[in-house]
Amino acid sequence: MAQPPLLIPRPEGLYCPAGDFFIDPTRPVPRALITHGHSDHARPGHSAVMATRETLDIMAIRYGEDFTTARQPYTDPIRIGDVTVSFHPAGHVLGSAQIAVEGQGQRIVVSGDYARVPTPTCAPFEPVPCDIFVTEATFALPVFRHPPPQVEIARLLASVEANPDRAHLIGAYALGKAQRVIAAIRAAGWDAPIFIHGALQRLCDYHVAQGIDLGDLRPATDGRKSDFAKAIVIAPPSAFATTWAQRFPDPVLAFASGWMQVRARARQRGVELPLIISDHIDWPNLTATITELNPAEVWITHGREDALLRWCELTQRAARPLHLVGYEDEAE
Amino acid sequence: MSLSTFATLLERLAFTPQRLAKERLLAASFAQIPDPDRGLTLAALTGDLKLRQVTPSLLRGLTETRADAQLFRYSYDFVGDLAETIALIWPEGTRSDPPLSEVIHELSTTPRTRLPALIATRLDSLGPSERYAYLKLATGALRVGVSARLARSAFASWANLALPQVEEIWHALTPPYLDLFAWAAGTAPRPEAAARAPFRPVMLSTPTDLDQLSALDPAAYAAEWKWDGIRVQAVSDAGTRRLYSRTGEDISPAFPDIIDLMTFDGTLDGELLIRRGDQIASFGDLQQRLNRKTVTPALLRSHPAGLRLYDVLIWNGQDLRDQPYDARRATLAQAVATLDPRIDLSPNLPFTTWDDLAALRAAPPADVIEGVMIKRRDSPYLAGRIRGPWFKWKRDPHLIDAVLMYAQRGHGKRSGYYSDFTFGVWNGDDLVPVGKAYFGFTDEELRELDRFVRTNTVERFGTVRSVARTRVVEVAFEGLNRSTRHKSGVAMRFPRINRIRLDKPAAEADHLSTLQAMLPKDD
Ligand SMILES: [Zn+2]
Ligand SMILES: [Zn+2]
Repeated sequence: MAQPPLLIPRPEGLYCPAGDFFIDPTRPVPRALITHGHSDHARPGHSAVMATRETLDIMAIRYGEDFTTARQPYTDPIRIGDVTVSFHPAGHVLGSAQIAVEGQGQRIVVSGDYARVPTPTCAPFEPVPCDIFVTEATFALPVFRHPPPQVEIARLLASVEANPDRAHLIGAYALGKAQRVIAAIRAAGWDAPIFIHGALQRLCDYHVAQGIDLGDLRPATDGRKSDFAKAIVIAPPSAFATTWAQRFPDPVLAFASGWMQVRARARQRGVELPLIISDHIDWPNLTATITELNPAEVWITHGREDALLRWCELTQRAARPLHLVGYEDEAE
Repeated sequence: MSLSTFATLLERLAFTPQRLAKERLLAASFAQIPDPDRGLTLAALTGDLKLRQVTPSLLRGLTETRADAQLFRYSYDFVGDLAETIALIWPEGTRSDPPLSEVIHELSTTPRTRLPALIATRLDSLGPSERYAYLKLATGALRVGVSARLARSAFASWANLALPQVEEIWHALTPPYLDLFAWAAGTAPRPEAAARAPFRPVMLSTPTDLDQLSALDPAAYAAEWKWDGIRVQAVSDAGTRRLYSRTGEDISPAFPDIIDLMTFDGTLDGELLIRRGDQIASFGDLQQRLNRKTVTPALLRSHPAGLRLYDVLIWNGQDLRDQPYDARRATLAQAVATLDPRIDLSPNLPFTTWDDLAALRAAPPADVIEGVMIKRRDSPYLAGRIRGPWFKWKRDPHLIDAVLMYAQRGHGKRSGYYSDFTFGVWNGDDLVPVGKAYFGFTDEELRELDRFVRTNTVERFGTVRSVARTRVVEVAFEGLNRSTRHKSGVAMRFPRINRIRLDKPAAEADHLSTLQAMLPKDD
């Protein structure tokens, strides 16, 4: 009798029968292995959770200490049932990991969300040779060639210089993107205070506690309108639509996202300064990564799978879409 | 100026929402960019660059030589704009940054058969935002939210010139406008010698009401109907005939029937209307004839145009603008008598007191009258909108009670406020949207509306919120047209929020039938 596959897509998420666990399940399960702390991958309510120490910390910050009954921080490769599991950096957000599952003479790497643009906010992506590479396809269209973040930060700082009476409000998601943007601004030599929305405070504090230097961060709460002239303020994009935004002088609305490469997306969000800064893999890096790993098969979790399937067809690679539901495009 | 500088300017214009900020940006560019590039930039924005027609199918074909056709199609479906998709998908090559003038010259002189090879070679050596700017130039649609008028207005304010002075010679200028920029710099005279049948700045009125009028002596003023058409200037100068909009745009090609009737030598001020016999058709009928480069014989027959004259500026070589209104009108009356009846005189209204005029204004003899014009009998014809000599006293706006349906965030000083509102009226048990308004309310009312939107959102799409259908607003508007573009079948002119009706439940808002009854009956 043929052995069951190492991983199979189930409504709850990717399931490993030989180890009896799920990876990034979207519904509560007895045992979950979690790639990273974004809410579409890391959900509360599982009985047992294995993840990197940082991811477990982040889940506790977001969901409270009781987000699961059994926390298991990953340290070294570990046997679970009939398979061996190991975690490898994914370069996406602090604590993000690819999960390699090995058994029955086969190795599958579930990359979760990943990026190959270096950032001081997390460990860089580590290529792990494998038979099956499970990849996201968030930006899997040849139009997505994200420029280096330094170029985008230079545009931001030029706009700040050109508009000394205005505040610059940058929309950036609370986990990962906000800190990636702050670190990139610091790397460009901007050492003035950066103001942050309250929703970012605890996660920024956590990054700093992990030894990541974000410079002088201040809450964007007190102060008169004029105090925020020429200021850089970081907030979750949802804050733009709240009364919170009314406190800033004639603000320039910016948004840091890989989607900003498409003008219609920027205009639809009412963005004045689109900043193409992403923590997901873009098309050239995605195709280069698959070429480098050269797996026997590519499985596609979520995003623009049609285009990636087409590319695999053109380069004569076996590929299949998993049609996993519940994952969102770049942490919306 | 390099193509990359031009690309950066386009990008900033496209993402700058406020009109004033766009003007400032353009003014700064005119100051920084040398000739002839600033003139080329201005012409690109006003749509006056005459380049070879680069068709979408040419560009698609080219792109499929560099990218897989299927991946290109997926990308285009996602991005939604052809030039942008190609700019993003085109393979990276060596980067160069050619002068703007060089690429414009190529695109205007290269023979059709060699265009594909030229464009491919250029795209191979440009970065993504330069590819985008290049393709936008080549396809002739910049789409950066800058109208030709805004571009000219930015130029005028930068050059410290009055906009009418620029507009009246615009049609005679050609890119890169060296003579125009020399005039702006004060190193050359105004370049008007070449202009035949020039546009003259139009005299405009300011709004008034009965309170203000009561302080004035009615005997010192004449009055006319204010016709709801398009204010135009008809110029016939030594055989050259032109019809201008009041902003100086040459609209002659769309109105050959009017041009044929202009058997005079002079400059006349009047209203362009569609007239069938004695009947003046609605503004909606006139709209059928606007914004066209050419006009079909069928449309000329079904929508014949005519002029109703208000004033004369120049007649048989004599400039009458310094003469008083009464004297000009006397000349105009004699002049009209010599013309085809489809050009006639807007009559003076008989009145002795302001109350007489108020009575006339309250019951105009036709739907296409939107109020009365009041003009000082001794006033010369002056350029621009000067308070005093000419007033417009519009018919009271129409008012309806509508229900707030959607709200969208504002920009700039209104950042963080929901300030663009879509409202609807009842059609049976459903609300149907009938218009959008983003002004009319006070700051206090804006805060109230903003609060309402935030606490009553039922759904979000992008920056738009759908709100609970409970808040009634009184909407004022100037007129109503039939519309096939709107689901309601009606389109309002100048809708604005007059006040918030906290006193009124949504069920008591107006019905679509009320609006339908206000539609002009002549079509
Ligand atoms: Zn993620
Ligand atoms: Zn994700």
